Amino acid sequence: MATRQTQGLARLMRAPAIILLFVWMIVPLCMTLYYSFLNYNMLNPGMTSWAGWFNYQYFYTDPAFLESIRNTLVLVLGVLFITVVGGTFIAMLIDKPIWGQGIVRILVISPFFVMPPVAALIWKNMIMHPSYGVLADVARFFGVQPVDWFAQYPLTSIILIVAWQWLPFATLILLTSLQSLDTEQMEAAEMDGAPAYSRFFYLVLPHMARAITVVILIQTIFLLGIYAEILVTTNGGPGTASTNLTFLIYRAARLNFDIGGAAAGGIIAVILANLVAIFLMRAVGRNLD
Amino acid sequence: MGQITLQGVAKRFGEVEVIPPLDLTIEDGEFVVFVGPSGCGKSTLLRLIAGLEDVSGGRILIDGKDATDASPAKRGLAMVFQSYALYPHMSVRKNIAFPMKMAGMPKPEQDRRIEAAAKALNLTSYLDRRPGQLSGGQRQRVAIGRAIVREPSAFLFDEPLSNLDAALRVGMRLEISELHNRLKTTMIYVTHDQVEAMTMADKIVVLQAGRIEQVGSPLDLYHAPKNVFVAGFIGSPRMNLFTGAVAADYGAQTIGVRPEHIRISATTGKWQGRVGVSEHLGSDSFFYVEGTGLAETVTVRSGGEVGLRHGDTVWLTPDEGKIHKFDTNGDRI
Ligand SMILES: Nc1ncnc2c1ncn2[C@@H]1O[C@H](COP(=O)(O)OP(=O)(O)OP(=O)(O)O)[C@@H](O)[C@H]1O
Ligand SMILES: [Mg+2]
Repeated sequence: MATRQTQGLARLMRAPAIILLFVWMIVPLCMTLYYSFLNYNMLNPGMTSWAGWFNYQYFYTDPAFLESIRNTLVLVLGVLFITVVGGTFIAMLIDKPIWGQGIVRILVISPFFVMPPVAALIWKNMIMHPSYGVLADVARFFGVQPVDWFAQYPLTSIILIVAWQWLPFATLILLTSLQSLDTEQMEAAEMDGAPAYSRFFYLVLPHMARAITVVILIQTIFLLGIYAEILVTTNGGPGTASTNLTFLIYRAARLNFDIGGAAAGGIIAVILANLVAIFLMRAVGRNLD
Repeated sequence: MGQITLQGVAKRFGEVEVIPPLDLTIEDGEFVVFVGPSGCGKSTLLRLIAGLEDVSGGRILIDGKDATDASPAKRGLAMVFQSYALYPHMSVRKNIAFPMKMAGMPKPEQDRRIEAAAKALNLTSYLDRRPGQLSGGQRQRVAIGRAIVREPSAFLFDEPLSNLDAALRVGMRLEISELHNRLKTTMIYVTHDQVEAMTMADKIVVLQAGRIEQVGSPLDLYHAPKNVFVAGFIGSPRMNLFTGAVAADYGAQTIGVRPEHIRISATTGKWQGRVGVSEHLGSDSFFYVEGTGLAETVTVRSGGEVGLRHGDTVWLTPDEGKIHKFDTNGDRI
């Protein structure tokens, strides 16, 4: 696309797709924005009236609000940490030529194909359940009191489940990056007297920086909206201990039938997501140049 | 110090024996060139010496000490790779400093050596660039700089110039030779370039299918090739090899005559033929003579300009004293 003529043509050809995407985004956003300034309750749908900033004030002063933001961030950061560190580790393991490599790789990737509610149910009833979960069996085997995961560590439990689901994605991306590492570089470092950990920190990690950035950015987008896992396991509880922003909005809309309040929450969530995005692009985005 | 001795060193990849057991001694301060056709095991041999591959048999001694099981870093050798293998996200300065940093050398000493290497290799103004912002020749010099600062007992080069264009290759060739003269460190250099081998080496090792065919000085190899393979491999253009009746006249299975040892004449001579393609380089002319009945074409080199054209009938006369004779095993008689 070197010449001005082809550039103009390219712009023309791109236009329909871009306009469609823009409309797709802007219409729901405007509607949400509009609703967030209305008194609009599903129990009384005929009685809508202008509410001004009341919905925002109401959502903001909800004692669960700050906690839900904190939970959202803890959830995102916790899962990112586990998946990036664990993904790097697993990727390095399965990058080595081992017997049955094909099978091992498929097994490692398979959790990604389990739908989130199904995965959450499996973890809830078969793994973390305090009386017949696998972890409880293990605890009893060692003569320890089984942990009631969802009652005692609700947010940690959800982080574990979500991390389990996203680990394959991280592993896969990081593995491809690892495979593109020049072996002669590693050999040169070996001859330069760099021990394995130095090679990892000075060569492997910088090489993977771009892939790690991609993993962080993509996962953050999805992790900000985690919802099914919470609904299926803790239902946001106990109390609001495992309620994130998405779940709080769901509660407003579905349990209190408060469309206006939920819309205000949605707008706050959009703002939060943008703040996170700006922060991330500042922090790691330069790796993508 | 940098004497390297290989005793019965062999290498197998699974079932395939790439290098049958071989013995070789490389003296301290020598410039040794490994040459051979593609896939003959030059790189593998170099990597065995470097410690990047494990030997399947035999011993490697460095300065008399057994280094067969020593890790690459412990052998005190430095390697320059064909792909340069620079660390892409580090500046030139950091690249050069890396081996010293790993060795825990004090910072002032590091800086002193970096400055010295940069000056010797004309890299001073590029120290803060990344490898990606350098030309091929500059990258090659950074790779050499990274090797020099460690003050290794020997340098290993694996086709370091093959990614450079012809002019640059000549320049870098001279630089490396000069470096060797200055440092007097052992250097092992892999190439399949005739000219590099002949001009740089103190000692050439000719390999074929992992076997050493001959070890000797460039002129030894040129004047007295041990067998048909070496005769055909060393020298450019290739030696003319004749079998059959002519060879039998000399009591040999095969005889070889270098293009520069055949006189070409339009009037008289021993063998008659027809000029095919001719190449005039100004200083030299090469004629590819057909229809002699000796071989498909006979290459002849002649100094200066000779007024011969395509299709002319010519007579060729070999320099009798410079004919190489080989027996049925291909060995020199
Ligand atoms: N890791 C390996 N596994 C199996 N075979 C190998 C391996 N590395 C090299 N070989 C084989 O060993 C032989 C020698 O390879 P090597 O790389 O030493 O050749 P070379 O002389 O350096 O050739 P070139 O001039 O093309 O670089 C080749 O036939 C190659 O196929
Ligand atoms: Mg090679």
